Amino acid sequence: MPARRRGLRRLTGHVPQPLMIGAGILIFFIVLAVGAPVIAPYDPIYQDISARLAPPSLVHPFGTDNFGRDILSRVIWSTRIDLQIAFLGVIFPFIIGTAAGTIAGYFGGLTDTLFMRLIDIVLAFPFLVLMLAIIAILGPGLASFYIAMALVGWVSYARLVRAQILVLKQSDFAMAAKSLGFSHWRIMFRHLLPNALIGSIVFAMSDAVLVLLNGAAISYLGLGVQPPTAEWGIMVAEGQAFISIAWWIATFPGLAIVLLAFGFSLLADGLGEKLGVRP
Amino acid sequence: MHRYRFVFYRPLQLLPVLFGISIITFVLVRSIPGDPARILLGTRATPAALERIREQFGLNDPLWMQYLYFLKNLFNGEMGRSILYKVDVIGLIFERLEPTVVLVFGSVLVALLITIPLATIAARNRGGFLDQAVRVISTGGLGMPAFWLGIMLIILFSVRLDLFPVSGYGQTFLEKLHHMVLPCVTIALSLSAVLTRSLRASLLAEMQSDAAMAARARGLPENVVFRRHVLPNSLIPTLNLLAVNIGWLISGTVVVESVFAIPGMGQLLIRAIFTRDYMVVQGVAMLFAVASVLVNFLADIMTVTLDPRVKL
Repeated sequence: MPARRRGLRRLTGHVPQPLMIGAGILIFFIVLAVGAPVIAPYDPIYQDISARLAPPSLVHPFGTDNFGRDILSRVIWSTRIDLQIAFLGVIFPFIIGTAAGTIAGYFGGLTDTLFMRLIDIVLAFPFLVLMLAIIAILGPGLASFYIAMALVGWVSYARLVRAQILVLKQSDFAMAAKSLGFSHWRIMFRHLLPNALIGSIVFAMSDAVLVLLNGAAISYLGLGVQPPTAEWGIMVAEGQAFISIAWWIATFPGLAIVLLAFGFSLLADGLGEKLGVRP
Repeated sequence: MHRYRFVFYRPLQLLPVLFGISIITFVLVRSIPGDPARILLGTRATPAALERIREQFGLNDPLWMQYLYFLKNLFNGEMGRSILYKVDVIGLIFERLEPTVVLVFGSVLVALLITIPLATIAARNRGGFLDQAVRVISTGGLGMPAFWLGIMLIILFSVRLDLFPVSGYGQTFLEKLHHMVLPCVTIALSLSAVLTRSLRASLLAEMQSDAAMAARARGLPENVVFRRHVLPNSLIPTLNLLAVNIGWLISGTVVVESVFAIPGMGQLLIRAIFTRDYMVVQGVAMLFAVASVLVNFLADIMTVTLDPRVKL
C-alpha cells in the first residue's frame, strides 16, 4: 500500500478528545471571522461618544473603550486578522522550510553542511530579536511581519524534514524511483517529501500558537497591525493606558488569544496522538 | 578529565556560528534603505560633508572590506555610536544590562519554584485528576501572551491590591527587588508551562529507573527515593531545556520590559527600532545572540558536571 494512502487511513477511525475540542475551538473562531459583519453587534470602529469607557453590561457585553467603541465587536472583527496571522505566519515558513530541508537532506554533502550552518546561525538569535531587527529595516506593518516570520521561522521545519529525508532516502522505494531514472526533483518532491510531511504538519499546529503570540506581541509593541484596525494585540496595548479605570478593554482581547492558542495546542496534541508523532 | 575535553574544542566549533552572527547583523544594517552618511548627518548636510563622512567610515570601499572594518571594530570593542543618545553603543548596552540580567535570572528561579511542585504532583498522581488539572493548566499557560499576562497581574496586584508598583525599576536594591516581582512572575508563568511538561515526563521515566528500584529495594521510603534519586536526575534534562529556550526567554524579557517600562536592553531595542537608531539595534541583536550561544555552551558544561554518564 502506498505510504500516502496509509497516512489517510490513519486520519479516519478513533478521534482523540483533544483533537475534537481543538478543532471545535478553531471552527468557532473561523465562523466568527467569516460571519463578523453579521455576528458583531456594532461597527468595530464606530465611536459612540455617549458610551465611553462603559463597563460590561447587556448593551455592551465586553464594555466599551475610551472612544466608545464596542469591545465585543472589535474582538470579533479582530478574529479575521489574528487567524490570518496564524495561518500566513505558519504557511510561508512551512513551505520554505520543507523545501530547504528536503534539498539539504536529499543532496547531503556540501549543500547539507551549508544549510545546517545557516540554521545554527539563525537559531543562535533569540527568535523575537531577529524578527524585530528585520522589521526595523522593513518598517512596521503586517507585511514586514510575514517576511520576518518567513526568514526566521523556516529553520525548525527544515530541521524536522531534513531528519526525515535522511532516513527515507535510504528506503527501498527511493532506490526503486532512482533506478527507474526519475529526476532528482521528482524523487524529492513526489516520493520523499509526502512521506516526511506528517511530523511537520503536527509541528505546524503547535507553531501556530507561537506565531499567534508573536504576531500579537509585535502588534502590541506597535510594530505590526496599525490602528484603528481591530487586532487583539493592539487592543491590549490600547487598554493598558486605562487599566486603573477600565480593566475590560485589555482583558477580553487577551482572553480571545488564550482561547485560540489553547485550541491550536489541543489540535497539535490530538493530531500527534492520532498520528503517533511527538510534537 | 577526558570528559571535559569538549570545553576546549567546542569554542572552535562555535567560531563559524559567531562569524555567521556578525555577518547577519552586518547584512541587516547594510540592507537599510538610504545612505548611511545622510542618516548620520541629516537631510541638510552639504555634499562635501557627506563625502567626508563616507570616506571616514569607509563607505566608498567594497562591501567585503567594509565587513572587515566592522570585524576589526568589534574586536576593539566598538559597535558604533547611537544616533539618538550620541554615545557609544557598547556603553549604552552596559548601562541597560543589569535589569535584563536580573529579569532573566529571577524568572528562571520563580519558574523552577512553580515547575518543581506542579510536575511532582502530576507525576505522582499519574493519570489522576491532579495530573489532568496540571496538564490543562500548562497547555493553557503555553498560549498566554506575556504582555497580556503582565497587564492582568498589574490590574490584580498593583491596581486592586496595591502590593507592587505598576512599572519602572527603582533606585535602591530593595526597590528594584520590589519592582521586579511582577515582571519575573509574568515570564515565569509562561516558562513553567513549558518546563512542567518536560519535568513531568522525565520524572515518570526516572521513577521506573533501576536506580529508583534499587533504592526502593533497600527499603527507602517512597518520599526519600523521590527526593534523593528521582528528582535530581530528572532536573538535568529540564535545566537543559531551559538553556535551549534561552532565546525564547530573552524574547520574553523584550516584551515584558515594554509592559512594565523597565529600562533594560529589550526596551532599548524597541526604542531604537522606533527611532531608526540602527547601530543600537545591531549591537543589542548581536549581544543577545552571543549570549544565547554562551548559555548553551555553559549548559553543556553543567550537564557533564552533574551527570557522570553524559559524554559530549
